[in-house]
Amino acid sequence: MKHLLSTDGLDPATAVAILDTADNLKRTLLGREVRKLPTLRGRTVVTMFYENSTRTRVSFEIAGKWMSADVINVSASGSSVGKGESLRDTALTLAAAGADCVIVRHPASGAAHRLADWLAEAGTSVVNAGDGMHEHPTQALLDAATLRERLGTLEGRRIAIVGDVLHSRVARSNVHLLHALGADVVLVAPPTLLPAGVRTWPVSVSHELDAELPAVDAVMLLRVQAERMTSGSGGGGGNFFPSAREYSIAYGLNDNRLRLMPEHAVVLHPGPMLRGMEIASAVADSPRAAITDQVRNGVHVRMAVLYHLLAHEEETA
Amino acid sequence: MTPLLFEGVRPYGEGSPVDVLVRDGVIAQIGADVEREGAEVVRGGGGVLLPGFVDLHTHLREPGREDTETIATGSAAAALGGYTAVFAMANTDPVADNAVVVEHVWRRGREVGLVDVHPVGAVTVGLRGERLAELGTMANSQAGVRVFSDDGHCVHDPLLMRRALEYSTSLDVVIAQHAEEPRLTVGAQAHEGARAARLGLQGWPAAAEESIVARDCLLAEHAGARLHVCHVSTAGTVDVLRWAKERGTRVSAEVTPHHLLLTDERLETYDPVNKVNPPLRAETDVAALREALASGVVDCVATDHAPHAVQDKDCEWSAARPGMLGLQTALSVVVETMVRTGLLDWRGVARVLSERPAEIAGLPDQGRPIAVGEPANLVLVDPDATWTVRGRELASVAGNTPFEGLELPGVVTATVLRGRVTAERGRIRA
Amino acid sequence: MGIPSRGAPLARRLAARIAEFSGVRVPTGTLDVTLYRDDLRRGPTRPLEATALPDGGVDDRLVVLVDDVLFSGRTVRAALDALRDHGRPRAVQLAVLVDRGHRELPIRADYVGKNVPTSRSEDVSVLLEEFDDRDGVVLR
Repeated sequence: MKHLLSTDGLDPATAVAILDTADNLKRTLLGREVRKLPTLRGRTVVTMFYENSTRTRVSFEIAGKWMSADVINVSASGSSVGKGESLRDTALTLAAAGADCVIVRHPASGAAHRLADWLAEAGTSVVNAGDGMHEHPTQALLDAATLRERLGTLEGRRIAIVGDVLHSRVARSNVHLLHALGADVVLVAPPTLLPAGVRTWPVSVSHELDAELPAVDAVMLLRVQAERMTSGSGGGGGNFFPSAREYSIAYGLNDNRLRLMPEHAVVLHPGPMLRGMEIASAVADSPRAAITDQVRNGVHVRMAVLYHLLAHEEETA
Repeated sequence: MTPLLFEGVRPYGEGSPVDVLVRDGVIAQIGADVEREGAEVVRGGGGVLLPGFVDLHTHLREPGREDTETIATGSAAAALGGYTAVFAMANTDPVADNAVVVEHVWRRGREVGLVDVHPVGAVTVGLRGERLAELGTMANSQAGVRVFSDDGHCVHDPLLMRRALEYSTSLDVVIAQHAEEPRLTVGAQAHEGARAARLGLQGWPAAAEESIVARDCLLAEHAGARLHVCHVSTAGTVDVLRWAKERGTRVSAEVTPHHLLLTDERLETYDPVNKVNPPLRAETDVAALREALASGVVDCVATDHAPHAVQDKDCEWSAARPGMLGLQTALSVVVETMVRTGLLDWRGVARVLSERPAEIAGLPDQGRPIAVGEPANLVLVDPDATWTVRGRELASVAGNTPFEGLELPGVVTATVLRGRVTAERGRIRA
Repeated sequence: MGIPSRGAPLARRLAARIAEFSGVRVPTGTLDVTLYRDDLRRGPTRPLEATALPDGGVDDRLVVLVDDVLFSGRTVRAALDALRDHGRPRAVQLAVLVDRGHRELPIRADYVGKNVPTSRSEDVSVLLEEFDDRDGVVLR
């Protein structure tokens, strides 16, 4: 594997290999005093974050450091990025300075794909850490790792993805990956938060959460961004739903809804959570919620991704 | 001026080759034994002779963005593409919303002398959509503006659009609308459909175009005004236009070459060379546009030639500026999509690239029949030759062509403006 | 502790024999060394194998590393590095089924099933019932 840009088109065997590596890494590191592996010694990994996301950046940084890579963080403030240097120039500079891998978070959909094009000659690997409304493949991998852990397998399991699918890169990455791993995905959202052409996706679509819950093995809640509400001027002009209250009544996961789910069913949330709106505090803190497992698995999954990208002979892109 | 002899050409691609003699900027003789004495000879090789092309929609970027195109380089691209007249859009810097700027553009075009450059005047001051620009002053200036447009922006305020249409009736000019409902396209990046949704690109819905076209047709009808619809891109707009024309609305419409050939399949690479406004649409739209152009529901082809600097294109998709080069590739794309498919014959090509646009803009000396006594604005085309598009080799300063590397049919052998050769076999004749 | 893949069953077999002959039950484990290898960039991505420490860990104990073939010594070096990250044994020894020579590092086995002189170009494969449906050593 040269880059990880999307789960769309990611071959299931490779996805499973990454998840298996992550499992192994997790077990290898369990209870160890020295949580450092020499595997990527001498390799340089750069994180380029054009959006604030402490959790994702830290997760990648820990992953790199536990593998002994040199990890350098570039953020939009405090570098030439803030001075209006183009993404292309910044990337080429970092590649010339010796980066083996660039991990990029960017508000523009496709930014990671563009980087991979620009860096093809330099041979630098690119990891998409979230690009606009497009994809966030490592989030989907860590969700899959968490679900495998809790449910044993994804084959034939029914996963509901609830909330703002339209704007969600997490939803897109999860739809592709869960489908590839044999799960049965249902998207639950108001019509305004479903993308055009969703009927062509390998999913079923529902507007009624209560009707779906009794049959699910897991519920994955998506963040609902405040600017999408009522009079917001955010992307697409706002007015996607009338009020936070109405959203919460129809799509929020509360205690009563938790009781509609089967005993074994799991609750996931990519964070950061809007408690009281998408998810009731009691649900977020219940043992059914795998939210801290997701964070923990995030490190191992990202270590596995770096391993699959960097610990093999040069590939020509 | 030395007389010019086209030797062995087929006007409109019809009949056996004939010779055409041009003297003093006018077609003097057509036939087998025309006078050859002292004439410069252009060997036709049986090629197709057409009236010179007229582009209702060109961005020449001067004044303001001379790093991407100038009136000189844009004129060269036009001549090489077979054009004898182009309409330069008003979204320059400063905006062409007053007589000073339009006269400047018109004068620069005359100085360059490769193609008739007609400035388009802005409908509203600064293209801001707030108050009418001085349409009358521009119409009565030396530039004689006949087409007004805020292209790049939609005149979205219905009252303002109504006033513009009403006011235009006294000037015998046409209002060309960039049909895009701005509230429906907040943040829009690509054709709204399954592909853009999967790629996470915010959708530009077809209804944003269709609703404005429908509204404007009704406004034009009530005002008794002439409306021209820029770069029609959807099947739904075609339906609205057909309906309006059946009602007798004085509406005309153009389609760009890229909307005749390319689809949103081009989004997959995220390469912004394919970013354009309105966006590349679905295959069903492309099919409807070709049909509409063949049947006349869409009147003509206009390039929306839009040069952009490398840094505005070789970047991430949402940061890139929309637009693509078109002047030198328009004919070939029309041949590829309309002639090779049997939808248009060469008479039809003359209609959509020359005659209709000249009529819409009210140019008396362009798009005329190939007949003795008519002005010699002509283009000679080798219909069988093919060429491979290379952005770097095009005459524009910028190189943002979406057709890079494509082999296309139809090569311009020579372009003639009022009896003078402006371009011949890929070279500009100064 | 067996080094996967073929060292792992060999370690288990050795422990079973020791129990059989001496009555002493020796705990076993596996130690994957992939993440410690110095040749990862010389081939395609290697899948990781399981690491399982023996009950009670490795601190202050005598650990015998078990592998099928001793060749350059690089795997053993990686194993020593890996072991260090899991604890601090009292002593570490090495047992191999076949020592084929051509060491590239100053490493020697404490227990050798058989010394087999080979040329560098030859290939030594240990077959085990657990993987290959039969036991044997093939020299090609």
